[in-house]
Amino acid sequence: MADASAKQVLFEPIFSNNPIALQILGICSALAVTTSMNVTLVMCMAVIAVTAFSNLAVSLVRTQIPGSIRIIVQMTIIASLVIVVDQVLKAYAYEISKQLSVFVGLIITNCIVMGRAEGFAMKNGPWLSFLDGVGNGMGYSVLLIFVAFFRELLGAGSLFGVSLMPVVNEGGWYIPNGLLLLPPSAFFIIGLAIWGLRTWKPEQVEEADFKMSRHTVKEAF
Amino acid sequence: MAKAKETVSRTLMVALVLSVAFSVVVSTAAVMLRPAQIQNQNLDIRSNILAAAGMLKEGATAEEIEETFSRFDVRLVDLDSGDYVDPGAVGVKEPMKYDMYKAASDPSMSIDIPASEDKAGIKRRPNVAKIYTLSENGELVRVVLPIHGYGLWSTLYGFVSLEGDANTIEGLGFYDHAETPGLGGEVDNPRWKSQWVGKEVYGDELKEPQIRLVKGGVGAGASDKEHKVDALSGATLTSRGVEQLVNYWMGDRGFAPYLKKLREGEV
Repeated sequence: MADASAKQVLFEPIFSNNPIALQILGICSALAVTTSMNVTLVMCMAVIAVTAFSNLAVSLVRTQIPGSIRIIVQMTIIASLVIVVDQVLKAYAYEISKQLSVFVGLIITNCIVMGRAEGFAMKNGPWLSFLDGVGNGMGYSVLLIFVAFFRELLGAGSLFGVSLMPVVNEGGWYIPNGLLLLPPSAFFIIGLAIWGLRTWKPEQVEEADFKMSRHTVKEAF
Repeated sequence: MAKAKETVSRTLMVALVLSVAFSVVVSTAAVMLRPAQIQNQNLDIRSNILAAAGMLKEGATAEEIEETFSRFDVRLVDLDSGDYVDPGAVGVKEPMKYDMYKAASDPSMSIDIPASEDKAGIKRRPNVAKIYTLSENGELVRVVLPIHGYGLWSTLYGFVSLEGDANTIEGLGFYDHAETPGLGGEVDNPRWKSQWVGKEVYGDELKEPQIRLVKGGVGAGASDKEHKVDALSGATLTSRGVEQLVNYWMGDRGFAPYLKKLREGEV
């Protein structure tokens, strides 16, 4: 990984090494904030900012961090950045920050941020780490936007809050699928997305943990 | 190098420097953004009040909202007696600064609601509530009252706006809740909210609040239809919560004493 090129670091996480689809990290917020495109986009920008700058900060001080407290140091950096992002949202995007509520704060616990800080930024230079943060944030975003697209379109008949298929409750014809507004639907969509992605890129398919052996026992009659 | 940074003193040093550096970053952000945040919060509350009163225009700017809101009088009401109280009595300089939800958790400023009477599921009730009145030519034409109570998953916070007769509903809306999107969350649906307009809270004797949320819609020939609102489909518990909380706040433990005095011209 040490000699990875900038381009690789930036774009690999989007499809080839997607943090959600391949590493199955950050699922919690993917369920919670994907009911509408507006909210999702803001969440994605928040996560990109946090992963990028936490990676940058961790990488800058990586030679100084004693091994015994490195996780706490990373947490401090990440938590501070998340608070700053939360404050900025409350000041400049109040409506959306209300809808995101605790989930901005919960970026702290998003495994992607911590995973990249520990897995990449501790071993690489600031510039590469920054790009890695942006790349992984974008990988997260691509999947979230994909999920939000279907959830908002089929669940509420709209995109970005603009009604495309007028719903019955408002006098239109579309009967919205309420399930898509509930968290389980995000699981289904993420599952389908992972299936699609692994069909397209078969090298992502994991090896089976075990092999089914032939059924040899004869039924008793 | 690898050895040198693992000593105890070095570890403490790094921890200290990092903590100080990041607390400076966090507090700078918090302090610098504070005015903008407070402005947003105030604007949010104001637009919610105007929305309940049906006075919020689509796409209104911050100035327009401030302008419309400034026509309202902010007042504090003692819920038991129904009289107005001075801001000084609750320890604030101006009525707008009073936070009735904070007061509800202060034992000296609130009461326990006995479980048998706690229809709204809120456990404690502040002694003093903050309300908004609108007068035209010296006559009260509109009063906006805060209401809250438990639905299915969450406490719903909102406002109900009454006409000058302190009985006819002019609008109702919730600004904060976490009910199921698409089901209970439809309390935000403008079509549903529009049904409340013109409903009457009290019966002929003006005593008990009579609001009912009924299943299957309110037909033109339904009895007592001035008190009935169509319940939310697929959200029995949220609907029940809304019915209970409106009746609680319009009842004797809520704003009924005040509204009675208002009707009789005593306040």
